[in-house]
Amino acid sequence: MALDKNGIAQRIAQELKNGYYVNLGIGIPTLVANFIPKEINVEFQSENGVLGMGPFPFEGEEDADLINAGKQTITTLKGASFFDSATSFAMIRGKHVNLTILGAMEVSQTGDIANWKIPGKMVKGMGGAMDLVASAENIIVAMMHTNRTGISKLLKKCSLPLTGVNCVKKIVSELGVLDIGPNGFILRETAPGVSIEEVIQATEGDLILGDEVHEMSF
Amino acid sequence: MIDKTVSNVSLALKGVKSNMTLLLGGFGLCGIPENAIAELVRLKTTNLSCISNNAGVDDFGLGLLLKQKQIKKMIASYVGENEEFERQMLSGELEVELIPQGTLAERARAAQAGIPAFFTPAGFGTEIAEGKEGREFNGKMHVLENAFKADFGFIKAWKGDQAGNLIFKGSARNFNPVMCGAAKITVAEVEELVPAGTLDPNEIHVSGIFVQRIFEGTDYEKRIEQRTVRPKI
Repeated sequence: MALDKNGIAQRIAQELKNGYYVNLGIGIPTLVANFIPKEINVEFQSENGVLGMGPFPFEGEEDADLINAGKQTITTLKGASFFDSATSFAMIRGKHVNLTILGAMEVSQTGDIANWKIPGKMVKGMGGAMDLVASAENIIVAMMHTNRTGISKLLKKCSLPLTGVNCVKKIVSELGVLDIGPNGFILRETAPGVSIEEVIQATEGDLILGDEVHEMSF
Repeated sequence: MIDKTVSNVSLALKGVKSNMTLLLGGFGLCGIPENAIAELVRLKTTNLSCISNNAGVDDFGLGLLLKQKQIKKMIASYVGENEEFERQMLSGELEVELIPQGTLAERARAAQAGIPAFFTPAGFGTEIAEGKEGREFNGKMHVLENAFKADFGFIKAWKGDQAGNLIFKGSARNFNPVMCGAAKITVAEVEELVPAGTLDPNEIHVSGIFVQRIFEGTDYEKRIEQRTVRPKI
């Protein structure tokens, strides 16, 4: 069975390490916060100027002056801080943020990512995505392996306008976990009940099998 | 003490004319200069170039200026949530330049700090780097970006004093501090204006030297764009 969005988020949460500062993009990445192992401490950075972001406020306790980058009302946790946008991107470009998790429309086997523009459709903008992917030491992409009509989104070369080049390190899709290697995608893990053959079928780019491809464990 | 106070919004915006370039603080609708925007609506100045992370929603923020077709060009990083914006953009009435959010912040900071240009890795290898100088530093390619040049900067703070010193609240800080001093004239509006000497100098976020005019705003709506809550247990 392919993973649902929560399953993808739960698998990505296993990549978090104690002491990490993490930036979560909109969509599936936001769900990662729900699956942090209890034994580790991480802090979430929101690029609009919050470090130490907490859960949504209780009803009636919303504050218009406290939102995340998705413009949602949030709370802060003990040890949180606020700062301006230039400082926020100093944290990002300066590699002080350890891990960026974001969504993608397409990823290429060389680690290029496209997630901001579809020609001919309304373009809303890249927000902080170009800064994040250009600088982060470690980028994990949370995405669906294929589009609704079954066409692969893991490609030899991206067809959409790029957000960044040679930057993605790891992909977690509904079908498996893949790294970006020097010669293409490297399959590391398959989702429970998903065969290696299914991943190969769903991947347009070159796919190499890792040393010990195994099923994800939760 | 150099007194920066003006008594009302109309004096604060004295000298604003059509065809000017404006910097506006805020992220979404959080920390936007509501009073200055309302005054721009009243002044009906046109052909404005607006530099702001977002472009408001249909009936609030910069959306109010878009509705009256006062904006000629919008420079932003993300412009969703606004139907009139989309209509004007697709019909070609409105020129739009989308730039990475960190680059937007740094172009303002560079203007504030007297740095004419800087190299950033953001956008290298993408269409936003086309026509810009690229250079390698430490084995990685970067793009040359210029400081903004603007006539007026409109920013919003929580508290301020007569000397123009500012304190921000929560995530309403965002682009506001980096836009102070980045335009020829910076106009700060605050929720609470206090006499000089009232605020603790240790607690000031932006020094009054970056602010030319300060006034106490009125009727802040502080609209929430996405009200997300969890139930009380």
